[in-house]
Amino acid sequence: MDFYLTALLQGLCFSALALGIYISMKIFNIPDITTNGSYTLGGAITGIMLTNHQSTYLILPIVIFAGGIAGALTGLITTKLKVNALLAGILVMTGLHSVNLIIMGRSNLPLISTSSLFSILNIAADPNHNTFWILSVFVAIITLMIGYLLKTDFGIAMRATGNSESMVRALGVDTDRMKIVGLALANALTALSGYMIVQFQAFADINMGQAIVIIGLGSVIIAESFINWFNITNVWIILILVLIGAIIFQLVLALTLAIGVDPNLLSLTTSTFVLLIVSLPRLSFGKAS
Amino acid sequence: MIAINNVHKAFNKGKANQVNAVNGIRLNIQSNEFLVIVGSNGSGKTTLLNLVAGTVFPDNGSINIDGNDVTKTPDYRRSQWIARVFQNPMSGTASDLSILDNFRLAAIRTKAKGLSIGVNDAFKQQVKEKIATLGMGLENKIEQPMGTLSGGQRQALTLLMSVMDSCKVLLLDEPTAALDPRSADVVMRTADKLITDFKLTAILITHNLKDAYNYGNRIIQMGEGAILRDLSGEQKSALKQNDLFDWFG
Ligand SMILES: Nc1ncnc2c1ncn2[C@@H]1O[C@H](COP(=O)(O)OP(=O)(O)OP(=O)(O)O)[C@@H](O)[C@H]1O
Ligand SMILES: [Mg+2]
Repeated sequence: MDFYLTALLQGLCFSALALGIYISMKIFNIPDITTNGSYTLGGAITGIMLTNHQSTYLILPIVIFAGGIAGALTGLITTKLKVNALLAGILVMTGLHSVNLIIMGRSNLPLISTSSLFSILNIAADPNHNTFWILSVFVAIITLMIGYLLKTDFGIAMRATGNSESMVRALGVDTDRMKIVGLALANALTALSGYMIVQFQAFADINMGQAIVIIGLGSVIIAESFINWFNITNVWIILILVLIGAIIFQLVLALTLAIGVDPNLLSLTTSTFVLLIVSLPRLSFGKAS
Repeated sequence: MIAINNVHKAFNKGKANQVNAVNGIRLNIQSNEFLVIVGSNGSGKTTLLNLVAGTVFPDNGSINIDGNDVTKTPDYRRSQWIARVFQNPMSGTASDLSILDNFRLAAIRTKAKGLSIGVNDAFKQQVKEKIATLGMGLENKIEQPMGTLSGGQRQALTLLMSVMDSCKVLLLDEPTAALDPRSADVVMRTADKLITDFKLTAILITHNLKDAYNYGNRIIQMGEGAILRDLSGEQKSALKQNDLFDWFG
């Protein structure tokens, strides 16, 4: 049972990432690979600053800012230099690998005796419950902020940008700027997940971001199946489904490990699982028609 | 209102497949003028419209709108004067957004898109009343995604959206090309009514010679990036539909 609690908590840590991927992939229609690098960037900054006894409250805005810069860079490269978005993301991600190594100073930072978000705040006596409540409050605040943003005039312009660029430009929106802001926001959220997971797992690792984009993608795709199934247009319900997607994704992974799948096969399991949820609707439609 | 001074635009410049899409056009369009552009495929009509809208920039020559030199102004800044209806209904509306959100964006075309929520009950009411004037029964569907509507419905809404915010120039590039004859008729009537009611300066590109005959108070024919014929006011009124067919004979 503890196994599933851990999965739930990880799912909550990854909710910010899932929201970030939802913004870049679903709202802007941009496949953004910067994610792998900005996630590790968030983790690396958190790790090194915690080992240097910095306050977790100070680290939080720095992580958000750093992730935002990484995303904005990808946005600038793709809009101003007209480099394909996928390639732009790969370039920034690759560059970030060195940056992250320089920040961390070595490839792994254990955080055994350092304080963290989960040790300085005490909401519940049981440490797992404590972590659960802190993460829940955190995720709730982020979701409320993103939800509000998407409802504003700026948010409408954002959502329209991925939909019909010609229309949005004709309606007075600088779509290049909009994409840069959008990718900055998405990667700030991703870095925030790195911040949370490092404090949750009590270590930072240079390879922690490997294939992290697939976790975000998987979560969003699970959410999308529900969205399409029930024809949901309400922004709040969509965001909550994305959060649920992040948690379901972690639970399924936990389940596969629990039934005895070799941990070495975890990446393979993950991608197979994502392939499955992407293709299942198509396969069943194929039969119907 | 719009002054196009000796504008040239070539694509694939310097290559073997260079196309001189617009070839030194001079055109002055007065306020409240409703200009119809006809011409065969590839004669440069869309390119000329895009030059006015600012989605392509001239190689030389200049463009003025409402007394401002906009030759190098990007499209999203020219939107303070210009509203557009595209040939493809998908281009003029955002499919995944609700009708309401589409209208909200259109209502702030000339303004900043800020961090406040603009869709409130008063706005909903305003949109419902606007849409009701179309008589398509869409006023009760404003929460639906735009993508659930037909092309004709979307074009009609795009037209309405163009006058949600202050608008001086309306650009219509074959707005009815993707529509069945009845929807096309509704869209053209709506356009004509809005142009009159809101005293817009309008440019309509069409291959439908009946529409070219029925609508507008000036007509030009384009060919190979140049203006072949230019008739306005009484000259256009005196024109017969058969004369138009003869232009393409
Ligand atoms: N982006 C582009 N790149 C290269 N060539 C282009 C481009 N846009 C237009 N052209 C060429 O410029 C010429 C004029 O095209 P334009 O689209 O303005 O014609 P049109 O009068 O609107 O034709 P139609 O009636 O078919 O819409 C054509 O030969 C076209 O192939
Ligand atoms: Mg054309």
